[in-house]
Amino acid sequence: MKMEVQWLLWTIFSILVCRFGFALWSRGRALAPCLSKRSFSTLIVLGSGGHTAEMLDLVSMLNHERYSPRCYVAALTDNMSLSKAQRLEESFIQQAAANHKARYLQIYRSREVGQSYLTSMATTTIGMAHGLWIVFRVRPDIILCNGPGTCLPICIAGFLLKVLSFKWVVMVYIESIARVRKLSLTGLLLYKLCLMDQFFVQWPKLKNKFPRAQYVDRLM
Amino acid sequence: MERDSTRGYVFVTVGTTSFDALVRIADSRACREALLSRGYSSVVFQIGRGSYIPQKSTGDEDSLKTNYFTFAPSLADFIKNAALIISHAGSGSIFEALRAGRPLVVVANDALMDNHQMELAEELAESKYLFCASPGTLVNTITTMDLSSLIRYPASTPLAVVQALDQFLGFSNQ
Repeated sequence: MKMEVQWLLWTIFSILVCRFGFALWSRGRALAPCLSKRSFSTLIVLGSGGHTAEMLDLVSMLNHERYSPRCYVAALTDNMSLSKAQRLEESFIQQAAANHKARYLQIYRSREVGQSYLTSMATTTIGMAHGLWIVFRVRPDIILCNGPGTCLPICIAGFLLKVLSFKWVVMVYIESIARVRKLSLTGLLLYKLCLMDQFFVQWPKLKNKFPRAQYVDRLM
Repeated sequence: MERDSTRGYVFVTVGTTSFDALVRIADSRACREALLSRGYSSVVFQIGRGSYIPQKSTGDEDSLKTNYFTFAPSLADFIKNAALIISHAGSGSIFEALRAGRPLVVVANDALMDNHQMELAEELAESKYLFCASPGTLVNTITTMDLSSLIRYPASTPLAVVQALDQFLGFSNQ
């Protein structure tokens, strides 16, 4: 009996290691299951202020039927972003381009400006757990984000979804236009951890420093 | 880009932040005189969460007319009609002014610790889309700037990202 439990645990562990390796290996490759789908459930992380403006600008140009249904996530303390997203979605409906109802969710923010180190640990844990809960509930095909820290738990959760299930998630990060010579801390982390499938930068200087990034010119 | 439209107003904006150092210097006597000498007739301050309140003045002869407010749902109208914009370095404010084609002076907030914001303003100043200053150099910048040296910012769109994504996901671009 004891042997069997041990064997079972080793099998699960090996499968997870293989899945982890596979998820890393296949990063940045479009996989066959993607190609057959006609529309993709899209999770859009709104980072407040300029981040939200840039992201909604991008969403407004996406094909509304391919990238649907859409789910928007913003920090609990950010009371502007979701209503801006709602206004954008309403303009889609007026164009008769939206066939699905969009969803709007709020996430606990990992860290507020000026928060102490000790309480940051606790709130980061809560933020992480909440991110996992959101991603596992929405189970998106695509995660779109452009910082700041709010999108980190979502991206880690998206990667775990790749490792744990056979659900494929395409993860996309677009560095803010304000970053000309240096990546933001969030961008740097996601780049170094190799979590994203597509990593876009808006200035050539960044592309030179971070060759795995894709240069797409300015979004504005 | 058009020359100083004489007797137009100057819009000073700090966005959703507070940036008292900018409002204080723009409200100073030296700055008022510099603006008057460049042909501007009035100043509108948008002071955000700042605590420094600029003087209001009705603008008698040979003095600057000034007014202020804290926030507005949209700054688009103020930006669209301004003869000159003096702004903090937030990317939202910068691009709103550039897209409206208004002459722009971006002022660095020296008090911010991680001042990555100036990266963007300096890069755009190198391309002659705007002028860069700090609270200490603003008056000098206003006195010496040559608006005709500015180049109209060529607005861009997220189309390249959209195409890259579509391609990655295997959508043919119809």
